[in-house]
Amino acid sequence: MRIKGRAISSGKAGGEALVSNEAISFLGEVDTKTGIVVNPKHPLFRKSVAGKVLLFPRGRGSTVGSYAIYQLKKNGKAPKAIVNEEAEVIVAVGAIISGIPMVDKLERRGFKLIKSGSKVVVDGDKGIVEVLK
Amino acid sequence: MHLSREEEDILEGENGAAAAKSMEILLAIGKIFGAEKLIPVTSSQISGVSYKTVGDAGIEFLESFAKDGRVRIPSYLNPCGMDLEEWKGMGFPKDFARKQLRIIQAYKKMGVEPTCTCAPYLIGILPKKGEHIAWSESSAVIFANSALGARTNRESGISALASAITGKTPYFGYHLDENRIAEVVFNVKAKLGEMSDFGALGIYAGGIAKQRVVAFEGIEDFTVDEVKALGAALAASGSVALFFIEGVTPEWRVVDKPERIEFGGRELKETRESLNSSKDAELIAIGCPHCSLEEIREIAEKVRGKKLRRKLWVCTARKIKKKADKLGLTKIIEEAGGKVVSDTCMVVSPIEEMNFRRTAVNSGKAAHYLPSFCKQRVLFGSLKDILE
Repeated sequence: MRIKGRAISSGKAGGEALVSNEAISFLGEVDTKTGIVVNPKHPLFRKSVAGKVLLFPRGRGSTVGSYAIYQLKKNGKAPKAIVNEEAEVIVAVGAIISGIPMVDKLERRGFKLIKSGSKVVVDGDKGIVEVLK
Repeated sequence: MHLSREEEDILEGENGAAAAKSMEILLAIGKIFGAEKLIPVTSSQISGVSYKTVGDAGIEFLESFAKDGRVRIPSYLNPCGMDLEEWKGMGFPKDFARKQLRIIQAYKKMGVEPTCTCAPYLIGILPKKGEHIAWSESSAVIFANSALGARTNRESGISALASAITGKTPYFGYHLDENRIAEVVFNVKAKLGEMSDFGALGIYAGGIAKQRVVAFEGIEDFTVDEVKALGAALAASGSVALFFIEGVTPEWRVVDKPERIEFGGRELKETRESLNSSKDAELIAIGCPHCSLEEIREIAEKVRGKKLRRKLWVCTARKIKKKADKLGLTKIIEEAGGKVVSDTCMVVSPIEEMNFRRTAVNSGKAAHYLPSFCKQRVLFGSLKDILE
C-alpha cells in the first residue's frame, strides 16, 4: 500500500514501524545514549526508537530538541525514518540536520492505518510512505 | 512552496552541503507554516552558542556545518557560556571552556561575527522599519520587531544559521502585515518606577498573552533599557514576539475587539513577589538583556567607594565593556569588588557549577529563567535593592 504525504526531510529508509499516539519531546523524554523512551508517562516508555520507523502525531518542547535528535543519530540510536501527523519545526529541523527521512500529512487518514510492527518504507524526497506488510 | 532557480540550485547542492541543508531546513519550515516563498533577509542573529544549551551534539553539528558553510549576510552571535578573554580568572570549568571555544571557532569559520550579545541593537546593529531579518534570541527578536519595526519571526539557532548561509527566510508570520496586529491590550495603571517594574509587567503580560501580539496603554516616561527589559520578560514568560506602546512604537494596530486587561498596583506587587524565592544571594547579576553603557554608569555610581559583600557580575557586550573601560567605569566597579563580564550572562553560563545557589537580579527575564536553567533561588528587586 502506498500512501501519499508531504516530503519534509530528504532520503529514503525502511524498517519496522513503532507507533505512538502521543507527541514526543526528544529533549529529556528519550535517552540519547540508548534511544529508549524514559518518560514513565509516555505510551512508548521503555521502548527503543533506535532503527525504527517512528510514527507520532507531532513533536513538542524546546527547540534544542533538534540537537537531541542529532545526538541520537551520532550515537547510532536514531529512528531510521519519521512520520508525523503534522510536522512542527523542532522534529523537522532535527530530522533534516541528522539526515533522517521524514514525511507528514498522509492522505486518507493514512497515519491511523499503520500499526507497530508493520514493515514501512519512507521516501522523504517524494513524500510517500509504503506499507509492505 | 515556490523556489527560484537559484534557490533550487542551492537545494541541489551547488553551493555545498551546508547550504543545501540550510535550504532544506528553510523549505521545511516554509511548508509547515504555509509560506508561499522565501524572501531575502539583511541580517541574522544566531542563538545556540553556549555549550550549556547546545551540548556535544551542538559542537558536532556546528563543526560539520562549518566544513563548507559560509554566511552570505551580516550574522551575529548570541552570548556564549563564558567571558572569552577572562574565563580563567573567573572560575569557569576548564572542560566547559575547551568545548565553548570549539563552538565559537566553528561559527567564526562560517563567517559569523562573535559579537556574543543578546542586545545587538546596543552595539549599532539597528535594522530599519520594515526590514526583513532572521534573528533568534527572543529578547532581540521582540526588540527588533517592536521598538525598531523590523520584521522577524522567533527563529531557532539552527534556522537563523540556515538564513545566514542562504540569505533567505520563509515568508510567513511576522514578516506579513496581517500578523502584526495586537489581540490583547494592557491598560497600565500601576506606576512603573524603574527597570524591575517593567520586567514585572512583561512577566505578567506574557503569561496572559502567550504567543499573541500585545499592546500597552498608559506607559509613560521610560528609557530604552526599560523597553528592553519589558520586551525580554514578555518573550520569556510568554512567547510574545511583538508589542506596541501607544504613541511610541513605530507600529500600532489592534483588532476590533481585543481582550482588555488592567495592570494595577496589586498586579505589580503580586508579580514582583512571585519572582522572589530568596531573601539573600551569593551573586548579584545585572545585564539580562546585556547592559547598556548608561546602565553600567548607573551601577558604577551606586557602588563607587563601596565594598560589596557579594559577588557582582555586570554582563554586557564586549564593545560596550571597552567603552566602560575607557571611561573608568569598569575600574570603579572592580574596586567595589564587582566584575564587568563580556560575551556571556548569568542565564547561559554554568553558574550552578560555580557554587552559586542564590542570585539577585533586577531583570524579569532572568528571574523567570534562573530557577529552571541554573537551579538558582532568586532575589528579585530594583537596582538599588540588590546592590545594598
